[in-house]
Amino acid sequence: MALILTEQQTLVRDNARAFLADKAPLAQLRKLRDERNPDGFSRQLWKAFAEMGFCGILVPEAFGGAGLGYVEAGVIMEEIGRNLTPSPFLSTSLLGATALLRDRNSARNGELLPKLAAGDLLLTLAVDERTKHAPAATALTAERSGNGFALTGDKCFVVDGHVADFLIVAARTAGAPGETDGLTLFLVDAKSRGIEIERTIMLDAHNAARIRFNRVEVDADAVIGEVDHGWPLLDALLDVGRAAVAAELAGVGGEAFGRTLAYLKQRRQFGQPIGSFQALQHRAAQLFTELEITEAAVLKALQVLDADMENSAMVVSVAKARAGMSATLAVQEAVQLHGGIGMTDEFDIGFFMKRARVAQELFGDVGFHADRVARLQNY
Amino acid sequence: MADLEQFRTQARAWLAANCPAAMRLPLEDDEDRCWGGRNFKFKSEGQRLWLERMAARGWTVPEWPREYGGGGLSREEAKILRAEMRKLGCRSPLDSFGIWMLGPALLKYGTPEQKRQYLPPIARGEIRWCQGYSEPNAGSDLASLATRAEDAGDHFLVNGQKVWTSYADKADWIFCLVRTDRAAPKHLGISFLLFDMRSPGVSTKPILLISGKSPFCETFFDNVRVPKGNIVGEINKGWEVAKYLLTHEREMISSIGVTAGRPLGQVAADSLGTDAGILADTCLRADIARFEIDAFAFRLALERTGDLAKAKQASPAISSMLKYYGAELNKRRHELLMSAGGAEALEWEGQRSRGGDAARSWLRSKANSIEGGTSEVQLNVIAKRILELPGA
Repeated sequence: MALILTEQQTLVRDNARAFLADKAPLAQLRKLRDERNPDGFSRQLWKAFAEMGFCGILVPEAFGGAGLGYVEAGVIMEEIGRNLTPSPFLSTSLLGATALLRDRNSARNGELLPKLAAGDLLLTLAVDERTKHAPAATALTAERSGNGFALTGDKCFVVDGHVADFLIVAARTAGAPGETDGLTLFLVDAKSRGIEIERTIMLDAHNAARIRFNRVEVDADAVIGEVDHGWPLLDALLDVGRAAVAAELAGVGGEAFGRTLAYLKQRRQFGQPIGSFQALQHRAAQLFTELEITEAAVLKALQVLDADMENSAMVVSVAKARAGMSATLAVQEAVQLHGGIGMTDEFDIGFFMKRARVAQELFGDVGFHADRVARLQNY
Repeated sequence: MADLEQFRTQARAWLAANCPAAMRLPLEDDEDRCWGGRNFKFKSEGQRLWLERMAARGWTVPEWPREYGGGGLSREEAKILRAEMRKLGCRSPLDSFGIWMLGPALLKYGTPEQKRQYLPPIARGEIRWCQGYSEPNAGSDLASLATRAEDAGDHFLVNGQKVWTSYADKADWIFCLVRTDRAAPKHLGISFLLFDMRSPGVSTKPILLISGKSPFCETFFDNVRVPKGNIVGEINKGWEVAKYLLTHEREMISSIGVTAGRPLGQVAADSLGTDAGILADTCLRADIARFEIDAFAFRLALERTGDLAKAKQASPAISSMLKYYGAELNKRRHELLMSAGGAEALEWEGQRSRGGDAARSWLRSKANSIEGGTSEVQLNVIAKRILELPGA
């Protein structure tokens, strides 16, 4: 398969680009932050996402979705990155939809997927428990209790955790933290007794929460996938999240670079545009190169998720690591090359630096993925 | 798609039946490469056979037209052939500046007669070419070159000096930039000339490098007679041909770091050992993993650039980006190989280090960001042609 967008994928990207630039520009994020909006995203925008077919982008047409793939979802993520649009697209349309679709529970999917595609249902994945991403270290326990399980433990960095209707929770039903065996995924109603949700205001003004589970009782049919053998599904879900965040980071980095390049051509010092100085030209050229190479890795990761999800680990880790590194470089150069104005809250470029920092950490930073690459190659 | 799968099956079967076992082992060192040419001594019967069989099928140049000795394959088929060769571990049957650089330029700018004369011997590995570009006073500022070709009626008389001519002492023919109009602005007085290195007046002198080897030469021309029909493209318009060829040279250099050798992690694991599957030197492990991430992504960028070019969506200046990054990547790879090799890799002579092979390759790799246009020149090209920054 050629490593370029198809005509249909280009169309999706162009639609998303025009739609987001119009309905969800960066000014919207600033406004939500400044008014301390309790949702942290615009529900009106989410309705418009549904009308555009974005909410159910992965959901088959039989369930009211668009029936498209990860490349299409990824190009939307990239545009989200360009506009820093806060929305439940990652948590619900990518992670939530993938979990349900991979589970193939037809009764549950028949009920939930149409709602998801209509923008009436928000889901998210609750996996991290500690300072750094370490899914195998999951310690939150699910003990057998009555006809089901009781969940006890803490989750953090749960994207959209305070607005989600359902939480997909990684829990330990056997084994010890650090082992990939013994994990099970549960679909838990966020309003269940025993759940305490604390919204955490993050530096990028995007949504996250800490969630405490105090013996939260769930039925046996809350299990997604297999009891004790949830790791392959969890890892696949995380790879979807990682590739999606990589695509978002490609957008964040690309936009930060585009704004910086425009500034280099416009800002004059010493009687000439600062972009005429070779010291800055070379930095711009190096950054361009890093971003272009990342773009290829991100597109490949999305293609592999569509074609051959079982073999996605290597290319997804490469994409996430590359996207984290190149977006980090892009936002650092963006603030530096904008000079003093880049340090002001009034000017927008700082928002890109903040989002890149959070997205870099989400679902594993460069160090996590470098370690994963080394393990996959046996060293 | 079904046709492509059929092609894959057939290619795999043919390679399995025809690639000699010894040609499926990784290259021990640069001496194992097959360069062909009038004076080439094959290292083994397997090496000779492999070249002969691949050339007969047109697969030394899979995408060239069949009439010029190529395989006539589509881009997709050639991709599949390369992938199948990688899977079997097949060595390249023929390394050649004729294939990588001159061939594409002739296909674009050559007359039908020139194509018929020069391309098939390149495909068969019969004629080895060298590149006469750089001069003592024309490095990064290549267009200021001074070697001149004067009109002497039915032929040119060439006088001057080239430098950094790779393997000039082993090459049969040279493609050479010469000044044919000294009054014109520097880019507009250059022609692209082909001639036999056996012509009277041509001499070469190898240059000893920091690696202890001499892959480059000084090349001198003293009243060399060259037939007028040996110009490629129009007279005084050789710069256009030269630049087009440079994009291919850049692509060639850009891919050396990601197509060569065993995976770094394995080399390091063999050298330093592992602890519960983790490389004993954890700092080096992290550096190698970051390199592998960049190399993996860079391979994809090479693939994507080819796909974009085919879809006519690529800027020609992208070759500068690939050259810049690929050269830096290969230098990083050799730094890591030296770290992984430790004290043993420092032995300049003797069996243990195979004659200091890793060290010599490490030193040789430093030229990657100089030859074919320095990294700094590539960044200038990106800034000017792609980013359109002012006054670059």
